[in-house]
Amino acid sequence: MNRLVSRSTFLNAARCFSRTSEVSAKQTCLIETHKKHGGKLVEFAGYDMPTQYGDFSIKESIIHTRKHVSLFDVSHMLQTHITGKDRIAFIESLTTADVQGLQENSGTLSVFTNEKGGIKDDLIIMKTDKDFLFLVTNAGCIDKDLPYLQENAATWRSKGKDVNIETLDNRGLVAVQGPEMARVLQEGTDIDLTKLTFMKTTVGKVYGIDGCRVTRCGYTGEDGVEISVDPSKAADLVDRLLASQAGNVKLAGLGARDALRLEAGLCLYGSDIDENTTPIEAGLAFVVAKRRRETLDFPGAEKIVKQLKEKSWPKRRVGLLAPPGRCPRSHLPLIDPLDKCAIGFVTSGCPSPTLGKNIAIAYVDKSHAKEGTKFIVDFGAKQSPVEVVKMPFVPTHYYTGKK
Amino acid sequence: MSFVSRFIPRTAIRFASSGRLFTKKHEWIVVDKTVGTVGITDFATEQLGDVVFIELPEAGTEVEKGDSTGAVESVKAASDIYAPVSGKVLEKNSKLEEEPGIINKSPLEKGWLYKVELKSTDELKELLTEEQYNTFKEEEESAH
Repeated sequence: MNRLVSRSTFLNAARCFSRTSEVSAKQTCLIETHKKHGGKLVEFAGYDMPTQYGDFSIKESIIHTRKHVSLFDVSHMLQTHITGKDRIAFIESLTTADVQGLQENSGTLSVFTNEKGGIKDDLIIMKTDKDFLFLVTNAGCIDKDLPYLQENAATWRSKGKDVNIETLDNRGLVAVQGPEMARVLQEGTDIDLTKLTFMKTTVGKVYGIDGCRVTRCGYTGEDGVEISVDPSKAADLVDRLLASQAGNVKLAGLGARDALRLEAGLCLYGSDIDENTTPIEAGLAFVVAKRRRETLDFPGAEKIVKQLKEKSWPKRRVGLLAPPGRCPRSHLPLIDPLDKCAIGFVTSGCPSPTLGKNIAIAYVDKSHAKEGTKFIVDFGAKQSPVEVVKMPFVPTHYYTGKK
Repeated sequence: MSFVSRFIPRTAIRFASSGRLFTKKHEWIVVDKTVGTVGITDFATEQLGDVVFIELPEAGTEVEKGDSTGAVESVKAASDIYAPVSGKVLEKNSKLEEEPGIINKSPLEKGWLYKVELKSTDELKELLTEEQYNTFKEEEESAH
């Protein structure tokens, strides 16, 4: 469940494209691979990233991912090791996760919270069987997450605690997503993928490349893994996966990734969740671990747990379905049809290629958050009806090991 | 199209031989006497990717230069279409509404959006020639 980031997003591709950049963008270890395969590069979270490849459209790429398997370069995301014997208590002091209760080599989606109960960032925490925790955080939040981790770690050390932050700079991260993932990857690895269930992690050899960390997770709603790989071997890994005869493997860019995660009802940090939304308002109560609801020892805990217990959240993240025509997009207001009051706003939206329908994620007042509630999206010159529906919009296919 | 523009050279207006004129927001217009045919440029459609929905103005609509007269949507983006000139809409390209993909295949020909009866041909002087538009486009690209 790694995420794309950036407030400005490429939802308005052209705006993004024409933006003047004063500092030249960074590049991931897969930049040559992107160029070789006709990747259309845009600046995203400070990196040159492909939105799509050649003439293979975003729509085709989305359908392909749902039917076959796609490779995404997500090396722009920040990979970090947290070491030291107090590492678990340390990460728990900043997040809502029960890392203590996690089995070795498994992980969880969690959030860094602020004192108001808002979300500083979402992240994946993996508890490895080695002497470190493995974190994946958003590229767009590097500038705030990293100093935040480092400053807190320094404070902990000044109190005699043992914790260190080690970033895995430039390391590759390749997401392999889609129903044919296991068939393709099993061919090239000694890791038993039938045993690597959703949110488990392990290290093994992939296509002869040693030291690949393979984690069963993703950001598309499909079965998939993310492979953390030595940067000098990342291109080789991608080439070998693309050459596989065990499935139909294609590269996919950020354009497909954004729509895929939206179809799966997953949040994009900066759009659907931010410093002003609590995990409860965001419909992410499951990331607030049971034990932590009792211990109340993370930033903003009282507010978050109060909302949870009293169901006192003022607004809520919901899924919307809109009729054919213009699709609700980020920032558009939502209006009650009777009293014409604004009751919320859209945070993400796009025509879903998988469903052939217009879908969106929005925040609305508690009074309008129930499934089946109907109201209006205001495009300015025209209005259009929308209805609250259950998410995910497209059923997810995570590999839990159970049939 | 609601593409952000930064700076545009204010050079003398000259009409290019193709007769196609452009806006800084990536619309084009070809004028035959007082009737203009309006579309969006190949640069615009490339930025959008596969167009899945197009909203066009109805015949009879009075438009002012700069008005939003509809929208073009792809999976990744939505953009308003702005009127390059003032006038009265005579006809929309209904085929586009049924088959939006035409605009990707042929943005400058079969993918035209609507025809408009011009209020004043004077407004055409404010538009860019093909040469000026190409320069503007290159500057936008290199500004990236």
